Amino acid sequence: MQIETTINNKKVTLEAANDEFLADTLRNYGLLSIRQGCDTSCCGLCTVWIDGKPTLSCSTLAFRAQGRSITTIEGVQQEAKKFAEVLVAEGAEQCGFCSPGFIMTVLAMKNELNHPTEEEIVHYLTGNLCRCTGYMGQLRAVKKYLEVK
Amino acid sequence: MKQVGKGIAKIDGMDIATGRPVYTEDMIPPNTLVIKILRSPHAFAKIKSIDTAEAENLDGVECVLTYKDVPNIRFTLAGQSYPEPSPYDRLILDEIVRYKGDEVAVIAATDEKTAALAIDLINVEYEVYEPVIDFEEADSHQSTVHPENDLHCNFDIGMKKENNIACTHKVQVGDIEEELKKCDVVVEETYYTQAQAQAMMETYRAYSYFDHTGRLVVVSSTQIPFHIKRQLARSLEIPSSKIRVIKPRIGGGFGGKQTGAVEIFAALVTQKTGKPAKIVYSRKETFTCTNSRHAMRLKVRLGADKEGNIKAYDIQGLSDTGAYGEHAPTVFSVAGEKTLPLYNKTNAVRFMGNVVYTNKMPAGALRGYGATQGTFALESAVNKLAKKLNMDPAEIRLKNIINEGETCLTYNGKLLGSSTLRQCIEKGKELINWNEKYPQKELSNNKVRAVGMAVTMQGSGIAGIDTASAGVRLNDDGNFTLLIGSTDMGTGSDTILAQMAAEVLETSIDNITVNAADTDVSPYDPGSYASSTTYVTGMAVVKAAEDLKKKIIKCGAHLLEVSPQEVEFDGKNISATNNTITLKKLAELMVLGIGKQQLVGNATHGSDVSPPPFVAGFAEVEVDKETGKVDLIDYVAVVDCGTVINPKLARIQVEGGIVQGIGLALYEDVKYGKKGGLQTNSFMTYKIPCRKDIGNIRVHFEESYEPTGPFGAKSIGEVVINTPAPAIAHAVYNAVGVTIKSLPITPEKVFMGINK
Ligand code: FES
Ligand code: FES
Repeated sequence: MQIETTINNKKVTLEAANDEFLADTLRNYGLLSIRQGCDTSCCGLCTVWIDGKPTLSCSTLAFRAQGRSITTIEGVQQEAKKFAEVLVAEGAEQCGFCSPGFIMTVLAMKNELNHPTEEEIVHYLTGNLCRCTGYMGQLRAVKKYLEVK
Repeated sequence: MKQVGKGIAKIDGMDIATGRPVYTEDMIPPNTLVIKILRSPHAFAKIKSIDTAEAENLDGVECVLTYKDVPNIRFTLAGQSYPEPSPYDRLILDEIVRYKGDEVAVIAATDEKTAALAIDLINVEYEVYEPVIDFEEADSHQSTVHPENDLHCNFDIGMKKENNIACTHKVQVGDIEEELKKCDVVVEETYYTQAQAQAMMETYRAYSYFDHTGRLVVVSSTQIPFHIKRQLARSLEIPSSKIRVIKPRIGGGFGGKQTGAVEIFAALVTQKTGKPAKIVYSRKETFTCTNSRHAMRLKVRLGADKEGNIKAYDIQGLSDTGAYGEHAPTVFSVAGEKTLPLYNKTNAVRFMGNVVYTNKMPAGALRGYGATQGTFALESAVNKLAKKLNMDPAEIRLKNIINEGETCLTYNGKLLGSSTLRQCIEKGKELINWNEKYPQKELSNNKVRAVGMAVTMQGSGIAGIDTASAGVRLNDDGNFTLLIGSTDMGTGSDTILAQMAAEVLETSIDNITVNAADTDVSPYDPGSYASSTTYVTGMAVVKAAEDLKKKIIKCGAHLLEVSPQEVEFDGKNISATNNTITLKKLAELMVLGIGKQQLVGNATHGSDVSPPPFVAGFAEVEVDKETGKVDLIDYVAVVDCGTVINPKLARIQVEGGIVQGIGLALYEDVKYGKKGGLQTNSFMTYKIPCRKDIGNIRVHFEESYEPTGPFGAKSIGEVVINTPAPAIAHAVYNAVGVTIKSLPITPEKVFMGINK
């Protein structure tokens, strides 16, 4: 099946099987930031944006990308680096396997919520699991990045 | 100090955060064969017949391998220094399958779908045996999990195969029964700690190929490259010199990747086909077919006088190692090793028991490695003793804990080199506001707030066994390369080791390239486990850097034509009274010019002690009396890890470990059905803490100075997981009077306890 889509602001035609999930299609296309941590849509590692909205690429069929606009962390490197710098300065980056998905969710939250409270931040990010850091450092970094008191 | 003690950012932080392709799977070349595994549907069975012809004929299938195709050599997948204490009780593929999920056949095909199709075309007939599921019945069970005669142990570990006893262990000093009899009070309780999954975010994966000289190269997300190399050499009968193991960045390990779960299958396929092959486990396979924490039953008897002086304690254990004995003897003995020294004003202590085989997924290493289990039991008993004597649990600990410079019954006269556990307890009390909050406070909404506590110790490396080597090279441009074989699995160990080298060489870590780990390049290191990297590898790095520094000074003096005593090295220049040469120039001359000797510092280090880091953990919980639900409100961890090499990275290590400990305390439980099927095979059924489950966590360091450690440092990685379970259980008791004897502390257990 051929899928006409936009990936990181570039119009592309992708080849994918009918039952293929977007995460695999994107990895095959060379976007290796896409990681998967589960097979039950629980971990958030595979988060990309579809038309700007954070979406689990592991459980989105590739053909859903038809006519839509996909953004991965490769496509928002500048902003991702801004946040990553805060995260890394906090020491809150450990194995990093959860990071691309986590950062895509953080950036989406920044676009979506105005001056979120700590509670709103935690709620927005709940779907992004991390087994290493214990979440506290990530929260400190997000608050610094968003300048939340 | 300019580098040590600074919260320097992780050297790989930016790249891994922003999604660069640095993990095993990101490097797999195209057209690599895909490996899938046919697994046993039975907990215990013998393969009567296996027909692979149809699968092999499927277009795209490269090979289907069964027990008939592998060497008949038993080995262990446990990553331990040779000779391993874990029994050699495995074949790569065996005629007997010992748990639901055990490997029956290895399929390699050109793509995933074909491999999956091929699995369905293999016909297997099994002779099904009665499985051993309940570990408390293992020793008297009619079935023998390991009936084979060629099972081999490198040491006498007390194996009794016919009783399903993988090993036995006993440490006793003093007459325990006699001393307990003399005590004014004795508390006794039997505790159960559950199997826990490591649940690292990157599942197990590896790929392999033959290089241009016909050597087998295995790239793997592993904590133990050198041990993997040795396992492959033995089990595949390949000379060790023909194997190379490379570790890229690792997406978490937590001990799970101290067992060689997948490398052997990739290597086997490459060996048989000559082609590159990859194996990437799904989450389900990771949950069901790798390893977990050993579940244990621990019976504690703890005796004291009326004033609360602990005089004797006895821990009798039973540990479930599952189908194979990976880490069976060592995890069990650590449960005693890290509890018996904690309270040292004793006249007798004992730790003893058996580790048994069952027909379940094998257990293995998980952060804490037995100390976690032992701590839950001992600390729960100490809290019970405090209650019985009507004493403050913090006071009873301050009265009884081992102090710096003291010894204990099991230390054979050796003295504890460093400890601020006393200060940790005091500080923790203050931070949690213990005096005000202990034991509890009723809230108006049918809820109770309460606090609880526990203390713990771990080790730093394996005394007298693990040795690490390190090299520091001065390159032609005046920069350094630090060569190590330890495996930073996200902990930041590459960074803190670079900090140590930089401190010695008076440079900044920007001038140091860290190379780890590749068995062709790296100096030998057992790998990152047993809380060894900061302490053991760290000391090797310090010594190697000092060795290089000496050489720099010597060569500088030679070039300046003065004696080494007359020069000074400040990291940039080597200076004598009236002459100076830059390090850069010296490097250039040594490598490219007249010096003709590239300078390299080398060192190997092992320690004959394993200095314990300590933690005092304090939990504040809110318990709903109507539902039994426990909410963790606040957790305070005060840590003595010696000198803190990097406060930022150390803090995250603590926070991460505490949260894993909270998972063990409240949520996580590897569960099996009656027939041995693992029921918790996804994040739906196996809950790890998410952001909303943890409350607030506060970390504080009470630094000590460990004389045998690099810059006074001890370990940090494991000790931090131990206190949440006993501290939270204690808080729950203080809230509603329910004693939790088996983990995890579920609302059901609390509810049932309240309504008994
Ligand atoms: S991979 Fe876990 S949610 Fe997508
Ligand atoms: S940093 Fe390892 S899973 Fe989040």
